[in-house]
Amino acid sequence: MGVVGEIVPAVLAVRVHAARPGQEHSPFVLDVDVEVPHGITILFGPSGAGKSTLLDCIAGLVQPDAGRISAGAEVLLDVERRLDVPARRRRIAYVFQNLALFPHMTAEQNVAYGLADMNAPDRSQRVVAMLEAFDVEKLAGRRPDEMSGGERQRVALARSLATSPRVLLLDEPLTALDAGLKKAIMDDLRAWNAAQKIPILYVTHSRIEVDALGERVIALDQGRVVGAGTPLEILDSPRRSSMAQAAGFENLLSGKVTELREADGVMRVQIDESTCEIETPLGYRDVGSKVKLAIRAGDILLGIQQPSGLSARNVMAGKIVSLEQRGTTFVARVATICEGSIIFTVHLTPGAKRVLDLEVHRAVWVVIKTHSCHVLYE
Amino acid sequence: MMDPLLLSLRLAAWVSAILLLIGMPLAYWLAYWNWRGKFLLEAIVALPLVLPPTVLGFYVLVALGPHGPIGRISDAIVHRGFAFTFGGLVFASVLYSFPFTVQPLIASFEAIDRRLLDASAILGAGRLRTFQKIIVPLSWPGIMTALVLSFAHTLGEFGVVLMVGGNLSGITRTVSIDIYDHVQSLEYAEANHMALLLLLISFTMLAVVYGVNRRVGRNMWASWAR
Repeated sequence: MGVVGEIVPAVLAVRVHAARPGQEHSPFVLDVDVEVPHGITILFGPSGAGKSTLLDCIAGLVQPDAGRISAGAEVLLDVERRLDVPARRRRIAYVFQNLALFPHMTAEQNVAYGLADMNAPDRSQRVVAMLEAFDVEKLAGRRPDEMSGGERQRVALARSLATSPRVLLLDEPLTALDAGLKKAIMDDLRAWNAAQKIPILYVTHSRIEVDALGERVIALDQGRVVGAGTPLEILDSPRRSSMAQAAGFENLLSGKVTELREADGVMRVQIDESTCEIETPLGYRDVGSKVKLAIRAGDILLGIQQPSGLSARNVMAGKIVSLEQRGTTFVARVATICEGSIIFTVHLTPGAKRVLDLEVHRAVWVVIKTHSCHVLYE
Repeated sequence: MMDPLLLSLRLAAWVSAILLLIGMPLAYWLAYWNWRGKFLLEAIVALPLVLPPTVLGFYVLVALGPHGPIGRISDAIVHRGFAFTFGGLVFASVLYSFPFTVQPLIASFEAIDRRLLDASAILGAGRLRTFQKIIVPLSWPGIMTALVLSFAHTLGEFGVVLMVGGNLSGITRTVSIDIYDHVQSLEYAEANHMALLLLLISFTMLAVVYGVNRRVGRNMWASWAR
């Protein structure tokens, strides 16, 4: 029952399925179904979770294999009905991680770029208003390389919002700024949106930003939504019911987070009663919190010499303690050489066993990719 | 003595103008689209780089001649062949200098951050507007390189001109043919005049391109964007 003249805030509804060729044999699959109400919603997840791909789908820069995207009553994409509104007609604003300000244009020209349909007087009026709203009217005549980082962010926001978009997508645009500047810009954005009431989807991999900005959070991991709610609910509640998820993982380890490296999207976990540390994808926990790691036996590599020049981050010296054949698979148990050694179960093909001449007591190197270590929570 | 030089300059001007007109859309296509047979087109575009000018000239001559496909069309319309004319020379030179225009254009188009093109689309611009307002101003140095390279390359060509144009004074006798003629007649002084002139012109043009690319760059963009 809308009152006459009242703007009914539109909800962004997104259901997409997109498969991308992955780095390994398994493709990366984005499979998401979310609704974004007006106001700021944080899209949170580690690097490689599919956050930018999701935004690209919403903006119309990437075509998903299946799905439907709508903003309010208007359908922007419906793969089943072969409906695909091109990016330039979606009226969705998108501030990229690198901002993508046009380097050869002044702030004024950048902001005016999306207003080609307006007549000249209206356009210059809108440009001035947008520059003022984001406190950069003094920079009108400057090009991006003559501005500071914070000024560029403000101009990018003004440019995006000048077109009166119905949705705003922000891909980690403020990550590089210090906290004070970030807060000031977000306050300006909130003030602007108090009147517009559009859905704003803010992508970050930093949990500090989630705490600082969040009203609502959607957590994304490996292409799937793994939680939605307030920051407190998402960051402190279990990501998955661990034991159910752990089915099919031969190696289950418990440990404690010793270090977060947010910039790299990884953390280090010290395995219980051991001095061994394993690097895993960044989870949603603090240093000191307890986690469980699940690693498939088929995801672990063995080498007979110390490997070098690998992208895998976990390389540990070990020794084979048992080796038995089960059907066409050899199952090796390998103990790492550190205090309180870890025993890994490793699956090998008969060919690998033969070529490497693997035997019990043989010294080996255990190699595990960071992303093969799945983080579970109790 | 100035006739061959003026003819060469006129030829080079026509050729580089036509090449820019054809080269821009083609380079855009090659830089931003991917399709299965693309490598074949890329190979064809690069072919004049490795082909002896006489081979290219020979096929163009055959095509332009009275029994060739282009010669027949021209014969039907204007009742004369295309070989040994200025128009035929322009046609052959356009083919010969093709890679010198297209390669720098592709390189500069590909160097543009894709996110700028995405941003342009997000802000409502179609392909043509993105091309005019973003791609062209940001590839200005590449466009200028393409222009000057095709101009200078046409100015200095010899084999193709000889095959297709022959040696008709005022019509197809370009500088390089003229130099060859002088040497053949043992007129070394005259040959040297022409050769030196060509050397100076080529060097000056290249020096201007490199100098401008280095210094002016962005200021030029700004005026193009308006």
